[in-house]
Order: sequence, then C-alpha cells, then structure tokens
Amino acid sequence: MTWKRILSLVLVLGAGLPLGAQGTGPVNDSGATAWMLTSTTLVLLMVPGLAMFYGGLVRTKNVLGTMMHSFAAMAVVGVLWTVVGYSLSFGPNALGGLIGWSRGLVLLRSIDHTILPAGVPEYAFAMFQGKFAIITPALIAGAVAERISFRGWVAFITLWVLFVYCPLCHWVWAPDGYFFNLGAKGAIDFAGGTVVHISSGAAGLALALFLGVRHGYPKTAMAPNNLTFTLIGAGLLWVGWFGFNAGSSIASNLETARALTVTQVAAASGALTWVLIETIRDDKPTSLGMASGILAGLVVITPAAGVVQVGGAIVLGAIAACACFGMILLKNRLGYDDSLDAFGIHGTGGIVGALGLTFFIRDSWWAEAAAKSPGWGILSQLKVQAFAVGATILFSVCMTLLIAFLVEKLVGFRVAESVEKTGLDHEIHGERAYGLNNLN
Amino acid sequence: MKLITAIIPEEKLDEVREALIEAEIERITVLRVSGHGRQQEIVVQRGKKVVPNLIPKVQITIACNDAFEDITVDTIIRTARHGGGEVGDGKIFVQDLKECIRIRTGERGGQAI
Repeated sequence: MTWKRILSLVLVLGAGLPLGAQGTGPVNDSGATAWMLTSTTLVLLMVPGLAMFYGGLVRTKNVLGTMMHSFAAMAVVGVLWTVVGYSLSFGPNALGGLIGWSRGLVLLRSIDHTILPAGVPEYAFAMFQGKFAIITPALIAGAVAERISFRGWVAFITLWVLFVYCPLCHWVWAPDGYFFNLGAKGAIDFAGGTVVHISSGAAGLALALFLGVRHGYPKTAMAPNNLTFTLIGAGLLWVGWFGFNAGSSIASNLETARALTVTQVAAASGALTWVLIETIRDDKPTSLGMASGILAGLVVITPAAGVVQVGGAIVLGAIAACACFGMILLKNRLGYDDSLDAFGIHGTGGIVGALGLTFFIRDSWWAEAAAKSPGWGILSQLKVQAFAVGATILFSVCMTLLIAFLVEKLVGFRVAESVEKTGLDHEIHGERAYGLNNLN
Repeated sequence: MKLITAIIPEEKLDEVREALIEAEIERITVLRVSGHGRQQEIVVQRGKKVVPNLIPKVQITIACNDAFEDITVDTIIRTARHGGGEVGDGKIFVQDLKECIRIRTGERGGQAI
C-alpha cells in the first residue's frame, strides 16, 4: 500500500468519526475550533519568545543553557501533559478534590471522539491547556538563571508540573475545583494570574532563596549580553499572549474580542508607564525597560481579561509597571538573586492583577453575581481573590522548596563553582552561542 | 616600563581580575582570542567527535612600571593556574615598553601609566 492510500484511508476514517458522533453529543463549531487551534499555536510561540527574552538577558557564556531551560519545558511537559498531566488537572475530583484523576484521560485516550459543549474538540482544549503547563515552569527559570544544572532542571520541572501546576490548575479551572466554586461566581482568574504567574513567580522566589546568589553577585556587574534578543522575545510574547488570554474564553465571540482588546491596552500602558518612570528617574528610556513594561502589563491583565474594560486595563497596566519597578528596586536593596526578575515581574504583576481587578469589574458581572448571591460586592469578591492569591503563594512556595530539596539531594541542582565560572553553554552543553569567538 | 600580555583560560578571568584589583593593578585591557597550543578539546556535534583547531582564550594586556612587573606576573600565575597546573593554563609574555602616553593630558613615560 502506498503512503497516499494510507493517508486517504486515514482521512476517510477521520472524517467519518465525528459524523457518527454528531447525533449524540455537541456539534463542532468550526469558528471556535479554528480560533482555539490558532490560540494553541500562539501560546506555544510564547515559549521560544521567552527563551529569547531570557537568553538575551544573561551573560554570553550562558545563552544556550538559558534558552534550553525553556525548550526543555516544551519537550518534557509536552510529553508529560498528555501522559498524566491533563488527567491530573481536568479529571474529576480525587483525594477529596486535592487533584483530579481519570484513568481514561491517561494518554488522552477517552477524548478521542469528544466534542466539548463549547463546540470545540476536547483535543484542542487539552492541547491549549498543555501549552500553559509548558510555559509556567519555563517562567521559573528566570529566577535561577546561570547557576543550575540541566538534569536538575529537567527533574525539577517534571516534579513541579505534577505536584504544583496540576493541582493548582485543577483547583482554579476544573468545574469541580476549590477556587472555581468560591463565593458567588468563583475566584476570578481568566487566563492564569494565580495558576501561571503567581505560582511561577512565588516558586522562582523560593528557588532563588534556596539556591543562593550567583558567584560574584551583586558586586560583579552582570549585564545582558544581547538586548536585541530580549526585545524580539518580548514582541513574540506580546503576540503569543493574544492566544493566551483571548483563547482562554474557549470560544470565538464577544468575550474573546473583549479579552483581546484589554490585553493589547494593558501591555501598551505597562510599557508606556515603565519607560516614563525611567525617563523621569534616570533620564534614559531603555529598551530593557520597554520589554519589562510590556511583560508587566501582559501579566497584570491575565487574570483580569474576562472582567475588566479598557479604562481598567489602562490603570492596571500602569499600576503593574510601578509595582514591578518598585519590587526590582527592593530586590536590589534586599540582595537576593532573582536573576531575571521572575518574581519581580510575574509574581508581582500577577498579585497586582488578581487583587486589583476587583475594582474594575464590569457592571454586568456584578449583576450576575448579585443574582446568585444577593449583596455580593467588591469587599466580598476581594476576600475571595485574596484567599486564592494567598493559598497559591503558600502552596507554591512550600511545594517548590520540598521539590528543590529532593532534586538537590538526588541529582544535584546547583552547578559547581568552576562550571558557573566557565558558563553553562560550554560546561554542560559543549557548545557556544556565538561562533565568532571560535574561528574554526 | 613593561607590557605584560597574558593568555589565560576563559573561566579564570574573574579570579585573575579580582586578584589583580586587590594587588592594586587596576588598569587592564581584556580581549577574547582564539588560538592553539598543546591543549586539545574534543567537542561532540550530533554524535560526531570534533577537535576544534582553535580554542577560545582570554587575553589580558597590562602596561606597568618596572617595580610592578613581579607582582603582576605572580598574581596571574597564582590565579590562572588549575590546581597543580594543566596543559591549557596559558602563557605570559613580558616586553619592554618604549613609551606610554596619556591622551587626555599628553603626559609621557612612567607617570602616564
């Protein structure tokens, strides 16, 4: 049989199955499905974007090692998510709701024919969610850049996704999760303020404290090797974020367009504010400031994209830029080494967004909340938000420290001082980022 | 006056630099260079072993007055050497320096260093 005949057979089978399923379940909505597949692709684009963002910020000797942290997440979690990750996150409550689990979801076997009520194949939803599970541990790498071993990192993200990301994702986004059912209409986390940004930011801070500062920090200047990469990376993240936020509506409708609009506005407002602060304070608008401001704005709007309007998005973006800028100044004063500011931007921006969004929720949301629980107001919702934020930080920090301890004991996490001095690229990977140094 | 040129392993730059500053030799120029001596470094690319004929090193150039020659050379030897000494630890060249001029003031000779 030629490969063409095999292909046509697969196509016939593939086309036949949904037809057979149409009578019983929801019908596929091609518009929503197309947007979900596009969003999934866009979110994946954020990972190489993040690799470039971080890769540009480290020193010349650690460029490939740092970019490999992001790519390792694509490879490791790309497999892990389909094997058990999706089941742990979106299976029905197990262990009293601590986590989800369904044997059928292992290797995604039971969703082979499923169309979700939203009119989207469950495969599209599972893959979309899988990209979130990839980028979240990848974000942590920024806090511990330039001093961790590759195998330690692979072991860490494997355990972290299983024991931190999957439970949190279940609590916040599974229909039977703890936070999904808090208060009148649940804790608001549209696209991952708590699950993605606060959890990774807090984990980054815990890990930075656990592993200690880089050799020579803060006395030796550790300047970014290539801010061109960082700017391109920030641009890719901005583009990818439209899939991240607007895709989180799991639809292609009014809500999607609302999320896309506030994402654009908040990122721009964050960038503008950061550059403005720098210009007033230090007389120089920097490209690193522009990139950082974009990221702060994007992070702050992530939990809020489903409920705030344009005005709120502008204010939240500006507040996030101020808060993240302040947090980085504070870091320099306190002396811990959150190398690329994973906590400074993702942790801080995520917290500001998850709490701050309460003050900018659109009226129709309040009306729905009041209908379900009379008298539901800003204060009651703020309590729910604060609980979700606090619980996320506590859970993430404790679990991260436990996992880090295990990894350090079992495979070794922090590299030897000589490796750190020569650089991860040469010592761990046997490569160099820039060929010009070695004129072969 | 002497012109001291040292070729050292990349990973030793921080240590050498910190020790030189401690010995109050603070005027140095650093370059990335490639070259070959007796050291061989095997690199694996897609499973294939490759021996690059040029190995990256760091070059430090220091101009100093005669009295500082020994302490500069000793500091570099002490900090650039791997343990008991390995092939690839580098070399130091010392030359007589004919003239030194500070561009800002036009000063010449020892005081310009």
